[in-house]
Amino acid sequence: MSDIWNFVFGRLGWDALPFWEAVRDPTTFNIINGIIAGGAAGMVVLGVLGAVILVTWLGKWKYLWSEWLTSPDHKKIGIMFIVIAMVMLSRAIIEAAFMRAQQAVGLDGGFLSPEHFGEFFTTHGTIMIFFMAMPFLTGIINYVMPLQIGARDLSFPVMNQISLGLTAAGAAIVMISLVLAPFSTGGWSGYPPYTELSYSPDAGVDYWIWAVTLSTLSSTLTGINFAVTIYKKRAPGMKLFRMPLFTWTALSTAILMIFGMPPLTVATALLALDRYLDFHMFTSDLGGNMMNYINLFWAFGHPEVYILILTPFGIYSEVFSTFSGKRLYGYTLLVIATICIAFLSFTVWLHHFFTMGQSAAINAVFGIATMLIGIPTGVKVYDWMLTMYRGRVRLSAPMIYAVGFIMLFVIGGLTGIILATPSVDYQVHNSLFLIAHFHNMLIPGTLFGMLAATNFWFPKAFGFRLEKRWGRRAAYCWVIGFMLAFFPLYALGVLGMPRRSLTFFEPAYLPWTIAAGCGAIVILFAMLFLLIQLWVSVRDRHHNNVFVGDPWDGRSLEWATSSPPPEYNFPVIPEVFSRDAFMAEKEQGKAYQIPDEFPDIEMPANSAMGVIIAVTGTAMAFGLTWYMWWLVILAAMVTLVAIIARGYVRKTTRTIPCDEVRRTHLAWIECVRRTTPVDRSKEQTRENRGLPVPPVEGAVQ
Amino acid sequence: MKGIIDSFVPLGRGGTILFVMALLSGCSHSLPGFMNPQGPIAEAQKHHFWFVVFVTLIVVLPVIIQTPIILWRYRYRGNAVYRPHWAMSRWLDIAMWGVPFVVVIVLAVVLWRETHQLDPYRPLDSDKQPLQVQVVGFDWKWLFIYPEQGIASMGQLVLPVDRPIAFQLTSATVLQSFFIPALGSQIDVMNRMVTKLHLQADNTGRFQGKNMQYNGSGFHRQRFMTQVVDDAQFDDFVAHARRDGYRLDRQRFNQLNEKSDATDFAGMLGIENYQHGDLMAFSPIPSRLFDAIAHHAPIDWTSLTTSPPQNRKIMDERMPPSNATPAPPDAEENTHDEADDNGGEKAT
Repeated sequence: MSDIWNFVFGRLGWDALPFWEAVRDPTTFNIINGIIAGGAAGMVVLGVLGAVILVTWLGKWKYLWSEWLTSPDHKKIGIMFIVIAMVMLSRAIIEAAFMRAQQAVGLDGGFLSPEHFGEFFTTHGTIMIFFMAMPFLTGIINYVMPLQIGARDLSFPVMNQISLGLTAAGAAIVMISLVLAPFSTGGWSGYPPYTELSYSPDAGVDYWIWAVTLSTLSSTLTGINFAVTIYKKRAPGMKLFRMPLFTWTALSTAILMIFGMPPLTVATALLALDRYLDFHMFTSDLGGNMMNYINLFWAFGHPEVYILILTPFGIYSEVFSTFSGKRLYGYTLLVIATICIAFLSFTVWLHHFFTMGQSAAINAVFGIATMLIGIPTGVKVYDWMLTMYRGRVRLSAPMIYAVGFIMLFVIGGLTGIILATPSVDYQVHNSLFLIAHFHNMLIPGTLFGMLAATNFWFPKAFGFRLEKRWGRRAAYCWVIGFMLAFFPLYALGVLGMPRRSLTFFEPAYLPWTIAAGCGAIVILFAMLFLLIQLWVSVRDRHHNNVFVGDPWDGRSLEWATSSPPPEYNFPVIPEVFSRDAFMAEKEQGKAYQIPDEFPDIEMPANSAMGVIIAVTGTAMAFGLTWYMWWLVILAAMVTLVAIIARGYVRKTTRTIPCDEVRRTHLAWIECVRRTTPVDRSKEQTRENRGLPVPPVEGAVQ
Repeated sequence: MKGIIDSFVPLGRGGTILFVMALLSGCSHSLPGFMNPQGPIAEAQKHHFWFVVFVTLIVVLPVIIQTPIILWRYRYRGNAVYRPHWAMSRWLDIAMWGVPFVVVIVLAVVLWRETHQLDPYRPLDSDKQPLQVQVVGFDWKWLFIYPEQGIASMGQLVLPVDRPIAFQLTSATVLQSFFIPALGSQIDVMNRMVTKLHLQADNTGRFQGKNMQYNGSGFHRQRFMTQVVDDAQFDDFVAHARRDGYRLDRQRFNQLNEKSDATDFAGMLGIENYQHGDLMAFSPIPSRLFDAIAHHAPIDWTSLTTSPPQNRKIMDERMPPSNATPAPPDAEENTHDEADDNGGEKAT
């Protein structure tokens, strides 16, 4: 009997239930931790059940399957990426709040158990990087980039589905680990030998390895897809130096993904070999060396930082120029700065471990290389300021994020220079100063960028504007909450408080941890306001409808089509003659034309590959984690068969007849003609139906 | 260059951050960390910190000051000049590439100098012979071996004032990071590898030491007290350890390798009421113990030749730890001579 049990369930047992400890040994402390962990598990289970019941009740399974899950449309895949990111963001923010709460009462105590706290900071970091930031920016590039370059889809639509499937599988694994615990306590960077079998024998590190592996595979494929698309599928006339800056940053990001992601896939694979097959890559004995892991990890990790920040740089470039009603200042130099940053990002990985004992000369070289990145980054900030300079600036929600970003980001830059200085880094490394620094880069940088992008391009994707007041409230709460939560961590770091501390014993830390805890509360409100904004916007969607498609007087091609765009984006691929292509069309009165003839349009056909990979990926990772070998073999077989079968599919495209294209386009043009254009003073009112008053000599009206 | 750095120090001392810190913590004189440096390395790091801050502010401040001004002056409803096609200015471009470039060059020159000057591997300039200390990181406690003296300690790292200390460090388990913020740099400790660190204390006193690299559920408890004493007191500490230290035999060494913190280990030694920062001293210890741990070599237990006296007193009673917990009266009376010399009393 027990043999069968072991065969079916591997090493999965009752103790994997998150509240098991509280049942087994019901002390107050265990019960509190059991309630927190059990509550989280309950939310996952109820969330999944609720979603299933909702879809069944609405009778939308077929719609979900054919219109979304199997759709190769880059826009829908982009939205699904962002949905994953939003769900994971909610979880990781709640975890952050728990950690802040623990430290706010953490003088000599607290309410979390050490293992629980270790899981919190590990999942928080892993989720925020791999399952929040990466899917979020992948989703936004997926949605916007093909529209900006005048393409109908990515070069490899099915590979795009597979990327989504792999990310979904990784996210699912992280969520499953809430129900069948534990997760790793080794931090998001998973340094061995702590994560080796001899020090972390339970299933936690294996969950982490497979979740991260799935995510990195997904991002590598995505990078290839984006780069090829930008190289090969630009509209006629769209030379490289006519591309919008967002597309430039998407290209740089894609290249960084291609070269930056594989080192981590390799590192986690080697760590898996250590753990599963008794290799000694990173162990202390038999010739292993953990330094190799740390170098591989940061050979990924530092390009990763710029993957996370370059895309937002592109978003902010679009936001600044659009809401300043002005050309982007210093376009060429911004492009050069972007490429400089992307290149330099491969040369600085060692600054993550100045304290590991290499010579002063090596440390100094890497320190100076790191400071060099500050130059192009600083230039970008000045370029954005000069984009507002002599413009007419509208302080809408994306602009609040953008302005908050440049003012906070330079502070993060300053502390980055401090950390890049090896002699000082010896003091603040591994402290909360480091935590404050990278949150200072990633929250105002990446997260604000993502939220600015959401506010900016949401009307494009869904055909109605997001509500402005709740949007502004959320934005201000984010800015204030960020400052309150993370500036105190700088002080704590200078005072020598280590990161990942469950408890501390210096009373001098207490005021700062309490302040940071208050910041976490403000951030929770910011998150709540985002949800309210979404709710209010959906409720008022008919009043805020912008089907015409250009609510912000946009400059690039994505605004030249309806909101939401048709599946094929443009009835006829536009021809490009300059930068800010759509703005030029509007200036010359050539926007909203009816083409002479409409072609038949060939689009990729639906495919279930993404769903199959998501399911088998989840199953394989789960089986590997719990040693259910039958599940691993089964999932591998299904994947293999699916890939081979896909090779035999002959009908990979479907044709949209020209009549349908014409009908759709004429209906849209009719709508454009019936709409009253508005000037920018009415941008945030219900009169804005997505048609701006045409610019006069470039001046936005 | 040193002059440049020094000229920024007064500004640093008056820094708002520190002022607010002092206000909130209510005891500015005992701030932990390198803003209250107790040795030449930490002192230099503090100077370099503020130097970097003030030089970098040249680039940062214009953004923080000008962004709100631009935002207001060029607001939509304002009537400032509007030039939608203006997107290039050669002079501004030269300034915004050039100024950061110059700033980075200045920072880089200082960085190169200071990184070599403060390299943890570089022996400190001093006319005194450095004291050798070997540090072993266990889960979740530190063992300090004094190879020249043939003793070891735990819970408390006793160092002589004004004398360079040459640390050799390794880990018996996973990656850890050894750090005494008030004295200077941290350095990683790794199994099968030996790292080096040179520090010096300018003042006597008690300074927190810690592990900075997460290594499991007892991570936050892996701390120790650095007790800086004068030469006479240090000699006294050595004499005590030799006379009354615990014998570090095979059984105790195996206990060291168990996952426990210093307090748990004190319990295994039979010490009651162990407080953080109390001293546990060991003597005799196996010869070349550090090398054996660092290189996975067998430990030479036969070198534990002399057996210690059986009626040994508990070390932490002899060396009252801190201002916080005075030793019991009888213990103080019994060990009056030593108590005067142990340095723990005056370190407040």
